[in-house]
Amino acid sequence: MAQPSSAARKSSEKRLTPAKMAVTLHVNGIERKLAISPWTTLVDALRLHLDLTGTKKGCDHGQCGACTVLVDGRRIYSCLTLAVMKDGAQVTTIEGLAQGNTLHPLQQAFIEHDALQCGYCTPGQICSAAGLIAEGKAGSADDIRELMSGNICRCGAYPNIVAAIEQVMFGKKETPGEAKR
Amino acid sequence: MNGFEYTRAVDIVDAVRQIAADPAAKFIAGGTNLIDLMKENVTRPSRLIDITRLPLDKIEETTVGGLRIGALVPNSDLAYHPRIEARYPVLSSAILAGASQQLRNMASTGGNLLQRTRCLYFYDASTPCNKREPGSGCSAIGGINRMHAILGTSEHCIATHPSDMCVALAALDARVLVTGTSGQRSIAFDEFHRLPDDTPQIDTNLRADEIITAIELPPKGFAENYTYLKIRDRLSYAFALVSVAVGLDIEGDRIKDARLALGGVAHKPWRDREAEAQLSGASPTRESFAQAAETLLRDARGFGHNDFKIELARRAILRALGQAARGTPQSQADKRIK
Repeated sequence: MAQPSSAARKSSEKRLTPAKMAVTLHVNGIERKLAISPWTTLVDALRLHLDLTGTKKGCDHGQCGACTVLVDGRRIYSCLTLAVMKDGAQVTTIEGLAQGNTLHPLQQAFIEHDALQCGYCTPGQICSAAGLIAEGKAGSADDIRELMSGNICRCGAYPNIVAAIEQVMFGKKETPGEAKR
Repeated sequence: MNGFEYTRAVDIVDAVRQIAADPAAKFIAGGTNLIDLMKENVTRPSRLIDITRLPLDKIEETTVGGLRIGALVPNSDLAYHPRIEARYPVLSSAILAGASQQLRNMASTGGNLLQRTRCLYFYDASTPCNKREPGSGCSAIGGINRMHAILGTSEHCIATHPSDMCVALAALDARVLVTGTSGQRSIAFDEFHRLPDDTPQIDTNLRADEIITAIELPPKGFAENYTYLKIRDRLSYAFALVSVAVGLDIEGDRIKDARLALGGVAHKPWRDREAEAQLSGASPTRESFAQAAETLLRDARGFGHNDFKIELARRAILRALGQAARGTPQSQADKRIK
């Protein structure tokens, strides 16, 4: 695990920039072909190359969850994922959750429960919640809180976010103020 | 992030050949720590060798009644695997205490072992750090060291190993299976990670031409009397200040066999065979737990901001041994500590 020596560092920096690589992503059901550098992260590929700006870049270090998307059905951080490594994968972003003009049940529940203020974390929260539901490991509000901890909301809309997810998972219709520990 | 070449390994032989040919290359699997270190300019590989398409994603029975976990099994799949939940629940619990579900979905078993310290000075390329730049000095000694080690430190480095999973693997006496240019070998978990001594830049005893292929668990899983207790600054998605993995084998009113491993306190998961030997044969009482804690922490030393960890570790050991003895392990969803 030693760091590259300064000589190795110089030689790697002198190396010619590698040719862009061909990558195919199936984004929200549509095949998208890209020519990108190997260091392009998935969040940058989505936002800068495919103009899918619903996915947000927050911390860019895997600490906030704003960039959460589903890859082959599993929720991950797109900021710590190299797009080239996901060649051939199915990617679902916030833009891919609604069916035409019908919102995804999580999108509808977030509106009904006022589960956001500024909204910057919301695409990540909703994609994460979609992953949570698919995983099937949450059976209580405590579980939801724990398994949603990878998504930070700086506005502090947490009680309403938990209530929205509870509604979709368990059919609960409680008012946000009651969603307490 | 620096520019780098990207290649894929087609099989294990090819992976070993590629890493042996380029000392500045690195393997990439989950990438959750490596890509972050590259963004911070702490690690600048010439080439990333993608190993995610290698067939190392199985969990299989071993001939002696244990389990072999492929190095590419994602952390979340490992934590929720029915045989791990049933036979090695301390491992499940430790994994679920770490990171977030997104990171656990991405991170691999082998990569979890190879993640690097989260010491802020190691991450800040503008400060001296013997782990990042050997010989430049340690900024944490005499600096902000609240998160740092209290056991096994050296004058060159007081960083901690950040993993929760590894603390449980240490307690379970796991083995690390590796393949290099000269063949395969198996490393006892306790021998895998190193103390900093005067070479803090070397985290593990994995050789430069080797790849981790699997982790082997011995049959004994301590499924009745175990716990993973993690104390941290917020209740989830934070690194440990102190964590304790316990496995007890209790017969009647006597402890037959005890395992006790600590996270957040040293450069590697910390085990003390003397403390464990004191517990073996003893009754599971507060007195014997206190004696074990005393022994384990006899050489503990703080560096100012982290002095509190010595008392925190003592109390966490007492609490964890009690949880394990009573058969009431710490829940990773309901965070009340009982």
